[in-house]
Amino acid sequence: MTLPGVADFERVVLPHLDAAYNLARWLVGDATLAQDVVQDAVMRALSYFGSFRGGDARAWLLRIVRNTAYTALAARQRGGTASLDAMWRDGEATALQVHDPADDPEAALARSENVAQLDQALAALPLELRECLVLRELQELSYKEISHVTGVPIGTVMSRLWRARQLLMRNPVEGGET
Amino acid sequence: MTGDGCAEIRLMVQADVDGELTPAEAARVSAHLDGCAGCASLPAQLMALSGSIRREALYYPAPDALHAAIRSRIAGAAPQPAEGAAMPDMNQYTAARWWKRLPRPTWRGSAPFGAGFALAACLALVVMLPRGDGLPDDVVAGHIRALQPGHLLDVTSTDQHTVKPWFDGRLDFAPPVRDFKAEGFPLTGARLDYLAGRTVAALVYQRRQHVIDLFVWPDGRHFDRSPVVGDHSGYNVLRWSRDGMAFWAVSDLNAQELADFVRLWQAE
Ligand SMILES: [Zn+2]
Repeated sequence: MTLPGVADFERVVLPHLDAAYNLARWLVGDATLAQDVVQDAVMRALSYFGSFRGGDARAWLLRIVRNTAYTALAARQRGGTASLDAMWRDGEATALQVHDPADDPEAALARSENVAQLDQALAALPLELRECLVLRELQELSYKEISHVTGVPIGTVMSRLWRARQLLMRNPVEGGET
Repeated sequence: MTGDGCAEIRLMVQADVDGELTPAEAARVSAHLDGCAGCASLPAQLMALSGSIRREALYYPAPDALHAAIRSRIAGAAPQPAEGAAMPDMNQYTAARWWKRLPRPTWRGSAPFGAGFALAACLALVVMLPRGDGLPDDVVAGHIRALQPGHLLDVTSTDQHTVKPWFDGRLDFAPPVRDFKAEGFPLTGARLDYLAGRTVAALVYQRRQHVIDLFVWPDGRHFDRSPVVGDHSGYNVLRWSRDGMAFWAVSDLNAQELADFVRLWQAE
C-alpha cells in the first residue's frame, strides 16, 4: 500500500513545479535558496494535501511556496532560525520587514552582468509589488488567484499591480538608466 | 480632461488590459477613454509593458535536480510498497515525465476572464487595442477570424515544400514548415495573420473535423520555453518557444490531442 493520496499528490501538484520554482526564484532572488524553498513547500503541501479540497492546485501550491519563501527570507535576514509558524500564519505582516534581495548590493551585482534590463528592473521592485507582477505576467494568474496566493484582497492586488507597473514605466523598459 | 474619476478608472483600465472586466465594465472604461485625453494612451502603455515583461523577463523552470530531489523526498515520505520496491511505478513515472515535458501552468487558471466576460467584448477589445506579445486573446481571435468562410487559407497545399517557399518575400523571417500527415495531423495550408503587432505565419492543420492554427513568429526570448497549455474562450492553446521562434497552437481540439500535435513539433 502506498500512503493514501501520494499518487494523487504527484498527479495534481507536481505538474506545477515549474510555476513553483519560478515564483520562488523571483521572490528570493537566489537559485539555491529557491530550490530549498520549493522542496520545503512541496513537503509542506504533501502534509496538507489531505485538506486540499480540489480546485486550483496551482494557486494552492503557489500560496504555500509564497509563504515558505517569506519564511526563508526572514530566516536569512535573522541569520538563524525564524519563528516559522508565526510567519507562516502571517506572511503578509512580515512582507515589508523581510530582507529583500533586491536591496542586497552583492545580489544586485551578481545578477547585473548579463541579465536584461527588464529583469533587473523587475528584480528591483519591492517584494510585495514584484510578487504580484510575477504572478500576473509570468504565471498568468487572475486577480482572484493572485489574491488567493498572496492572501490580500483583490483591491490590494489591483493597487499593487498598478504601483509595480508605474515603477517599471517610470524606470523605462527600453533603454535609459538603470 | 483629467478629473477625480481618473484615478479610479485607471485601475479599471488596468483590469481591462488584464482581461478581468465584465462587458458592462469594459464598456464603461471604453466610454471614459473616448472622452479623456489624460487616460487615452494608458491601455497601450500597459499592454506594451505587459508584452515586454512576457517577452523579456526570465521564466525560471524547475531545474532537473529539483525535480529529482522532490521525487526522492516524496518517495521517502511514503511507505515503500511491500513487493517490487526496487521497481518504480511505471505509470507514475511515465506520467511524471509527461507532465514535466508538457503542460506547465494553465494560464489564468480556471477563470480566463472575469465572470461573464463575453467573447464579443474580447474581440472588440482586440480590435480597439491591439494587444502586446504574449497575450492569448489575439491568437484565439485570429483563429476565430480564420474560421469565417473564405478566411482560412491564403495558400492551399498539403505539401510543405510548396508552403515554405510561399512565405518567401511575404515575411521577414522563414518559419519552419512541417507536415504530420502520417501522424494524423495533415497540413492543409497556410496564411498570413497579424498578431502582436506584426505579421506572422499561420500554418493550418486538420485533425478530423477540427482545425488547428499554428502561429509562428520570431521570439526575442533568451531561451527555449517548454509548452504552456491554456484554455481560452473555449479553445485550447499551447505555446512554446524554440530556436528563436514563438509557436502558438490553437484549436477546439481536445487538449490531449493538441498536446500530441505539439509533441510532434517538439521531436527532432
Ligand atoms: Zn481619465
